[in-house]
Amino acid sequence: MTASHVPTMFRNVLMSLEFSAEAQKKIAALCERYPDSATKQPVVLAALHLAQKEHGYLSDDAMRLVAKTLDLPYAHVYGVATFYTMFRLKAGIQPTGSTIRMCTNISCMLRGGYEVLEAFENKLGLKRGESNGKFQLVEEECIAACEFAPCALVGTKYFHDLTPEKVGEVIAELERDPHPEAEVV
Amino acid sequence: MPAAIGTKLVTKRFGDERARTIAGYEATGGYAMLKKALAMKPDDITAEVKASNLRGRGGAGFATGVKWGFVPKDAKQVHLVCNADESEPGTCKDRLLVYWDPHLLIEGMIISAHALRAVHNYIYIRGEMMREYVVLAKAVEDAYAKGYLGKNILGTGIECHITVHRGAGAYICGEETALLNSLEGLRGQPRLKPPFPAVKGLFGNPTIVNNVETLMNVPFIVDKGGAWFNELGMGRSGGTRIVCVSGHVNKQGVFELPMGITFRQIIDDVCGGVWKGRKVKAVIPGGVSMPPLDEHELDVPCEFDALMTDERIKPVMVRPGQQFDLGGGRALRSMAGSGGIVVMDDQTDIPKATWRIMKFFAHESCGQCTPCREGTGWLEKVSRRVAAGQDHAKEGDLELLASIAHGIAGNTICALGDAAAWPMLGFLTKFRGDFELKIRRKAA
Repeated sequence: MTASHVPTMFRNVLMSLEFSAEAQKKIAALCERYPDSATKQPVVLAALHLAQKEHGYLSDDAMRLVAKTLDLPYAHVYGVATFYTMFRLKAGIQPTGSTIRMCTNISCMLRGGYEVLEAFENKLGLKRGESNGKFQLVEEECIAACEFAPCALVGTKYFHDLTPEKVGEVIAELERDPHPEAEVV
Repeated sequence: MPAAIGTKLVTKRFGDERARTIAGYEATGGYAMLKKALAMKPDDITAEVKASNLRGRGGAGFATGVKWGFVPKDAKQVHLVCNADESEPGTCKDRLLVYWDPHLLIEGMIISAHALRAVHNYIYIRGEMMREYVVLAKAVEDAYAKGYLGKNILGTGIECHITVHRGAGAYICGEETALLNSLEGLRGQPRLKPPFPAVKGLFGNPTIVNNVETLMNVPFIVDKGGAWFNELGMGRSGGTRIVCVSGHVNKQGVFELPMGITFRQIIDDVCGGVWKGRKVKAVIPGGVSMPPLDEHELDVPCEFDALMTDERIKPVMVRPGQQFDLGGGRALRSMAGSGGIVVMDDQTDIPKATWRIMKFFAHESCGQCTPCREGTGWLEKVSRRVAAGQDHAKEGDLELLASIAHGIAGNTICALGDAAAWPMLGFLTKFRGDFELKIRRKAA
């Protein structure tokens, strides 16, 4: 059995990933912001966001990189990464792609949120939860934009008062001008 | 005297793009109240906040000044944490407050931190609020550059820091102890209380966790006094009330209104009535965690105490004939919560709406306590088959739902369990006919 057949988490090899110089600087600066903490643990969410931005998703190696950078056990980083819904543990969407977070919670549902989500599924050829390189489609819990329900969130942009008919326009706009989440980190 | 419709404090800069910049904020009177506050003794600020009857705008409605008073006097290091993890379905005010007026939040935080003698302070912002994170991070940076934050703010010798800490997707992190765990880099699972955060919170130090809107009201209290702020409100609730109205109304939106305004006035006068000329069937008064009101309960004021005690609101029942007991025989009516008002018209499928709420809680349970982890899952499954009706619903499902909800309530570390159980029991109490119809159709 060659090394490549062994799941990475059992492989006793040095990890291959690194943070960019810019990310390292950001992490170092953030570590100074929690002087009452005995460890660098408070920076773990920020470091995971950065790892996801730079490596596309949180592979086993990406989580090991975070663990090493912050002097934390790998198991701790894994536990945190699997708790929060914005962290992706599998490859899928490219860092330059748009994650469409379509709300279907009560306020949006009452005004047709599920019909809009289905229109996104049909137009994109993706089921909720799936992604291709350019788009990820997420059925999101309330995105706190109920005043414009039904609403979708894509990176820093909100799409208001959606109807199934408007979905084509939204996708066309995102094709021209993507709003990747990685831009924000 | 209650505030007139149109009196605006924390929303007064909404729509003014310049206010987001530090220069624009200063030009409209910004940071003037900070200068006044820094000349005051910390305890005098706390006394004004106590007198103002400012109550927490995140959901529980606890008196802010009283909470501040719980910090031990001999504490060496205190933290102030702003809860900007807004995710209660139906609530959309904090996101707008941060977006339109980030410096008012920073000013409110510095004043509050001074009152609490807190040095290292944090704003925990929800991970999905990416646009607002960018705005807030820039505002904090600018406040440092101008000397409002740092080791020696405005030359007073007072040290005050704010760090914006971004979440990564978890409703439960809006619960204050889960939020503190998340700040410490842990999974966002709530802590047992006591000890309360005001005694032992972030990194083991006394910590005050306050909502965005709560902290943004503090500069106005410093400016015009606690008595003035209290007068603006109603009963034991000072100030104005922000409501976020969504659902079946003609005009959805976020409105800053007088504390004593009734739900009927909000729907008819502020939001232009129910859409499509229909009538109201149900109203969620303060985010989906709160038991709903029916069409006969809308003349109650949208105020913290009224929603809990007004006898025009029918008590939530465990089953017909047995009232839900909040402890000591107290009835559960409803709560003002986070101000998220969701209006449902007379054609709404109530069992389906209830299922969607249960689906939310099943998704967001952190998994720590068995009654909530298992119970919310069962509430979702059973409410789904009830909503599907006909061949899916089973005889006895309504009793099963009530029994699961009753088994969760009061038996979990944090309030998420109650937050799922209360609306389940509330909808069953007030719209029982709608649920029974789903089951009876099968028999027919």
